Amino acid sequence: MDKTIRTNGKAKPGFVRLNINGKYIDAREGQTILQAAQDSNIYIPSLCYLEGVHQFGGCRMCMVEVEGQKTLVASCMVKVKDGMTVKTNTAKVRQARKINCELLLSDHPQDCLSCERSGQCELQTLARTLGITSLRFQGEMSPGSRDISPAITRDTSKCIQCRRCVSVCNQVQGIGVLNAQNRGFSTVIGPALGQSISEVDCTNCGQCVAACPVNALSETNGIQKVWDAINDPYIRTVVQVAPAVRVAIGEEFGLPPGEAVTGKLATALKEMMFDDIFDTNFAADLTIMEEGSEFLERAGAALKSGKAVLPLITSCSPGWIKYLEHHYPDKIANLSSCKSPHMMMGAVIKSYYANKLGMDPKKIFVVSVMPCTAKKFEIDRPEMENDGLRNVDAVITTRELARMIREAGIDFENLQPSDFDQPLGISTGAADIFGVTGGVMEAALRTVYELVTGRELPLSELKAVPDSERTLTKRAEVTFENCLPSYAFMEGFTAKVAVTSGFQGAKALLDEIGRGAGDYHFIEVMGCPGGCVTGGGQPRTAVQNAWASRAQGLYNVDQAKKLRKSHTNPAVQKLYSEFLLEPLSQKSHELLHTAYTKRGVYNELLKKGAD
Amino acid sequence: MSEDTKQAKVVIDAAAEEKEKLDAIKKVIETYRDKPGCLIAVLHLAQEIYGCLPLHVQQAIAQGMGETLSHVSGVVSFYSYFSTLPRAQHAIKICMGTACYVRGGKRIVERLEEELGISVGESTPDGKFSIAITRCLGACGLAPVLMIDEDVHQQVNPDKVEKILSKY
Repeated sequence: MDKTIRTNGKAKPGFVRLNINGKYIDAREGQTILQAAQDSNIYIPSLCYLEGVHQFGGCRMCMVEVEGQKTLVASCMVKVKDGMTVKTNTAKVRQARKINCELLLSDHPQDCLSCERSGQCELQTLARTLGITSLRFQGEMSPGSRDISPAITRDTSKCIQCRRCVSVCNQVQGIGVLNAQNRGFSTVIGPALGQSISEVDCTNCGQCVAACPVNALSETNGIQKVWDAINDPYIRTVVQVAPAVRVAIGEEFGLPPGEAVTGKLATALKEMMFDDIFDTNFAADLTIMEEGSEFLERAGAALKSGKAVLPLITSCSPGWIKYLEHHYPDKIANLSSCKSPHMMMGAVIKSYYANKLGMDPKKIFVVSVMPCTAKKFEIDRPEMENDGLRNVDAVITTRELARMIREAGIDFENLQPSDFDQPLGISTGAADIFGVTGGVMEAALRTVYELVTGRELPLSELKAVPDSERTLTKRAEVTFENCLPSYAFMEGFTAKVAVTSGFQGAKALLDEIGRGAGDYHFIEVMGCPGGCVTGGGQPRTAVQNAWASRAQGLYNVDQAKKLRKSHTNPAVQKLYSEFLLEPLSQKSHELLHTAYTKRGVYNELLKKGAD
Repeated sequence: MSEDTKQAKVVIDAAAEEKEKLDAIKKVIETYRDKPGCLIAVLHLAQEIYGCLPLHVQQAIAQGMGETLSHVSGVVSFYSYFSTLPRAQHAIKICMGTACYVRGGKRIVERLEEELGISVGESTPDGKFSIAITRCLGACGLAPVLMIDEDVHQQVNPDKVEKILSKY
């Protein structure tokens, strides 16, 4: 052990030296006791604390003794000081934590055996860690209520009022649908005046669900519907997997974040008895063909006649779509009319692929495995159907798929990798990066630039690693020179693009445009901070910088691929030559494009429309 | 005036009054919107103007003050002073201070609830009466007491309740 740290000497500048449990440690100035302890591998239990987001001091689980203080202090709230002496595991501390936890449990339904979160519940883990073996306190219980929207289920009886969701919804995402209502024992975390989450301007981004330590907030369960389809011998069940799932689902089975498990994932889905295992990546390439062409069409119109709605804004993120419909309904014309990739995939499966099979599309059931809770809402949007058939029949999150894999008794870690099925399993590297902020824009520009100039895109600044750049709004310019004859109108045109993720960044960007400050041509927005890799349906992780690892994982997959530009995808080319004819064709418009709904902050525009 | 015309006039008057009140609230918001920490003051004034703070009034305040509706509703539901329902014409407050309690205050509450068919904290469907419990009114010598609006009724017993109510 380092000798200098065994004596109570001076810490180097910017650090303070304190003593925790008899050990001297140097902690950065401004850190809390909890953070300093964590950095030195001293475990202090906590519940309401959420690194970088939420410091509330409400749950009183992280109580410690500090020499000279009359009472125990919450270590998540108190900053380290030079010469401080802290004890984290005295009898007094353990007793206090235990009582606080017992009091939480006294108003919590003790139905752990049948609770969805069992085994992954932070309250359960805490009770076990604190050695709680009997429940001494029994009294009045909060009645609780269930609020089930297509995407998110709230069960307030399970809520321990840690308010992590409140911080995430208000401070991180800037939406503020969730807040504490009423007072004292009647306090409920929820929307205003007892409204349901589906009545308010919730985007269904699910960041609250990802932050919830218990089962008070969860994705609305889609598992049974999927098992039923798989087990129905008269139904062909087709599954597709979004890019961000492959670099995160491994975490549910003990693998590190960012490790791409694409091959194992395909094998697991086969063992679960899905009939076709397709890759949403295919449809991401298809999206680029449509959206890239839409951009060229709008840019062309602007250059030729000066009349075009710009900037074009990406439409892959259903959380973002709903946010815009509520808060910027006058910007709907700027949204790309492209359906999101998995919706395009559903439409293609039930038309092109059904034709190939010679099968009645009514007998096909499409399941999307998504990192996203908002996709559950998206499939229910009335416009997401063709010929009276829903494009996608069920969405399950990455977490739900992991549960199904466990239910099926599959040993995920030891699976042999395999490939997706053909033809809708082929994709380029451009599709993989759809799962991370900046990825859709880069993929689109790779194709657009090459179509217009015949050369590769010379641009890399949209990449978003390291972690500090996760929600940064990035701007870039691409000038089109020496264009091919058919795109002569683009000669000398400089496209100004911007990418952002999370609704705070999106709001800032749209307000910038509103002020007339940013004359952008093309904007990418992803609803979740950092993009789909940290979507509301992804594994809950305690690993710091999991986002950066997952993002890097997708970049690695992209770089390892031979084909890295959407227009070079042979299966996409074949789909056009055999079926759609060309991007933005009539058939494309029917199947792959959509329209949006003006909602307003309080859904007031929606009501008017309905009258 | 025919019956129909009368009714139509009532509707128009109500609409005009509603607009007048909402405009007054808008003015309050304009006065306070740029001053931080004024939400509670605005809610007080708005309740004074409108009588209560139902959803649409809270929405107008949230939008005007640049706050989220869930935050505004969080504040309104935290303080018992604020109400989302219209106040009754006559507020009955029954004293449950020690003296009134030991002299049978609770039985008066029970009789009142029975007479009016509502519980403490509620208003009658016709909006005439509401029942609330209050702490010592400082009239212990007259216990048990209840107040209706500003009138103090002393040495009440359950059998007097009906007669007292009939005065309103």
